[in-house]
Amino acid sequence: MLLAKIVGTVVATRKDPRLVSSKLLIARPMDPRGKPEGGYLVAVDTVDAGVGETVLIVSGSSARMASGLKDCPVDAAVVGIIDNVELSETS
Amino acid sequence: MQIARVVGDVVATRKDENLAGLKLLILQPLTPSGEAMGRTLIAVDSAGAGVGETVFFVRGKEASFPFYPVEAPVDAGIVGIIDHWDLG
Repeated sequence: MLLAKIVGTVVATRKDPRLVSSKLLIARPMDPRGKPEGGYLVAVDTVDAGVGETVLIVSGSSARMASGLKDCPVDAAVVGIIDNVELSETS
Repeated sequence: MQIARVVGDVVATRKDENLAGLKLLILQPLTPSGEAMGRTLIAVDSAGAGVGETVFFVRGKEASFPFYPVEAPVDAGIVGIIDHWDLG
C-alpha cells in the first residue's frame, strides 16, 4: 500500500455505471517523511477522507476488495486515514 | 516475493472494516547485499514482524490470502521473517 496526501477531488458525470456515487479523490503519493514522490493518482474514497489528509491507498486488483467496490472498475482505493507515522531512527 | 527491512509503522483509526486488527508496517525493499533499493511501502503483517527485522513480502492480491476468508483490501503483505540469507 501507499501513503499519500489528498490534494483534490474529481467530478465526472459520465462514467461507468458501477462508479456512480463513488467519491473520486486526487492523491499524491509520499514517503514516510512526507516528501512527495511519483505522479498523482485518482483513487475511490471508502473512508470519507478529505483534502489535506494523509491516507492509505491500496492499488491493483486488491482495490476491489475495499468496502463497496466489489466488481467495480477501479485500481486504487483509499482504505484508511493515517493518524500517525512512526519511523525508526536508523532508516 | 522481495526482501525488505521493516523501518516503521503507521496507525490508522478510521479504516476499512476488513483492515481492523491488522498491523501496518513501513517496508524498505533491499538488494541482496542489504542496501536500500527503491521506494518504501506499507504492508500488512501476518508473520509477527517488528521494526528492525528483515522480512520477505508478497505483492498484489495474494497479500490478502493469509486473512482468508476475510477479504482484506491489501496489496502488500509480510509472509516471513528472514533469519539469514546466503549468496552463492
